[in-house]
Amino acid sequence: MVNMNRPLDLRKKPRIGESAIQALLFFAGILSVFTTLAIVFVLGKEALLFFNDPEVTLAEFFTSTKWAPAIGDFGIWALVSATLTTSAIAILVAVPLGMSAAIYLSEYASPRARSILKPLLEILAGIPTVVYGYFALLFVTPILRSLTGEDNLGVYNMLSAGLVMGIMILPLISSMSEDALSAVPRSLREAAYAMGATPFEASVQVVLPAALSGIGAAVIVGISRAVGETMIVAVASGATSEFTFNPLQAAETMTAHIARISGGDLSYNSIDYNSLFAIALMLFLVTLVLNLVSQWVVAKFREQYE
Amino acid sequence: MNKIIIDSLSLQYSDGTESLRNVSMAIPANQITVLFGPAGGGKSTLLRCLNRLNDLTEVRASKGKILLDGENILDPKTDVIALRRRVGMVFARPVVLPLSIRGNLTYGLELAGETRRSRLDEAVERSLHLAAIWDEVKDRLDEPAVALSGGQQQRVCLARVLALQPEVVLLDEPTSGLDPISTGKVEAALQELKKDYSIILVPHSVQQAARTADHAAFFLQGELVEFRPGQEIFTNPKDKRTEDYVTGRFG
Repeated sequence: MVNMNRPLDLRKKPRIGESAIQALLFFAGILSVFTTLAIVFVLGKEALLFFNDPEVTLAEFFTSTKWAPAIGDFGIWALVSATLTTSAIAILVAVPLGMSAAIYLSEYASPRARSILKPLLEILAGIPTVVYGYFALLFVTPILRSLTGEDNLGVYNMLSAGLVMGIMILPLISSMSEDALSAVPRSLREAAYAMGATPFEASVQVVLPAALSGIGAAVIVGISRAVGETMIVAVASGATSEFTFNPLQAAETMTAHIARISGGDLSYNSIDYNSLFAIALMLFLVTLVLNLVSQWVVAKFREQYE
Repeated sequence: MNKIIIDSLSLQYSDGTESLRNVSMAIPANQITVLFGPAGGGKSTLLRCLNRLNDLTEVRASKGKILLDGENILDPKTDVIALRRRVGMVFARPVVLPLSIRGNLTYGLELAGETRRSRLDEAVERSLHLAAIWDEVKDRLDEPAVALSGGQQQRVCLARVLALQPEVVLLDEPTSGLDPISTGKVEAALQELKKDYSIILVPHSVQQAARTADHAAFFLQGELVEFRPGQEIFTNPKDKRTEDYVTGRFG
């Protein structure tokens, strides 16, 4: 029973449950930060061993375009070129298609159509990427080869891998963009309509700019997924370390190379083994740079609108 | 002369909220017609029928006619884009587009296909003058419109509508979020505007209704209770419900 006659004691008292919950939540938050830092630390440490090896120099690593560990060639550009090419194709596929799908879902589709289409689209995101890889190799590549002529396109090529990678990240981009578009207040659409805008004009000129930061985030996540994607490129784009930006050629991306080499029996502390960490560090850097560039672009656009 | 004639208009939303029941009224040209009454009475719904903005909402059923200069705008064959250029609207909360002040003013004209810089500049200046905000923004036309205060934003929204030179201006509680000084400026602008435009205003208070009305209509629960010219409705209401509302017994 609370004694209602006495005023409530205002002195501060410890609330143990509250403190425990705060500690737990803080731990959860710090864990991911710590994990990231630990990964960077391990990558850096192992990569340092690689760069300390007399066989490689930092200059060679960053300027050479030949990657052949067996004969002591360690030029990262041979792998970076493939990663950039496949990712660029994927983004070229996923951004226009994903944005169009997002605009359709949020601006044109009836609530009923949206409630059916959006989950369907999101199922695409749930397909394991190795399935996409074989889809690229066994379904898309043969079609592309029959279109271009078998002499022009090999069984392994970056075009097919990039296209399918685009299809893989499409639902991610459209789903995140749709969320951003739907979050734009209805009043803004009505304002545009009230001034005589057509649905297309309202969505592209008013709703889209207002949702730009969310859409920018979607594209950034999409790029990161494309750069980090492993199975599709490992299966479909070949295993030759080739410096080329020609999508019709086969070439091995950084991720695919790591997957292939680490899958074989690699002796610990060999230069091959250490090189993996240098590639991983480079992958990390590429993603970081792309993220920063995208954020800068979004910030530039936002200045015009907000 | 009547600009708009509403003939037995009934409307129901799909979710059962706010509706209109058999509303008929004639809205005169070059006057301020005020639609007032407690919330949920159908005033906003009626406004949004006049520029077909209700097309965006889920309407279960509607019948009746709305004649704009004798033409039924509820006809499915009406070009709503053209209609919305002739019937402009200012909303309760100022909604500036994510553009510069100038961009907000020229947006509608550009949609209508006007590209000549001189025409656009002229429209910007003219309409900002009409909305009584030119002096406050003339040196910062290229700054983002969101940087303005609420009262300034609302007058930019009014100017944006006027830039299109519509025939009818609909205002849905345009001063509900504004301070008394900004409210005064908007009301004064309306008195000037009625020379060239037919104005239909949903005021945010009975006092504003009484201050601004040339004609006033009292709406209650989707029904048009009383519609009379001038100030009579406030000084000498015929219907008991109108009297109760204007004297502050409810609402």
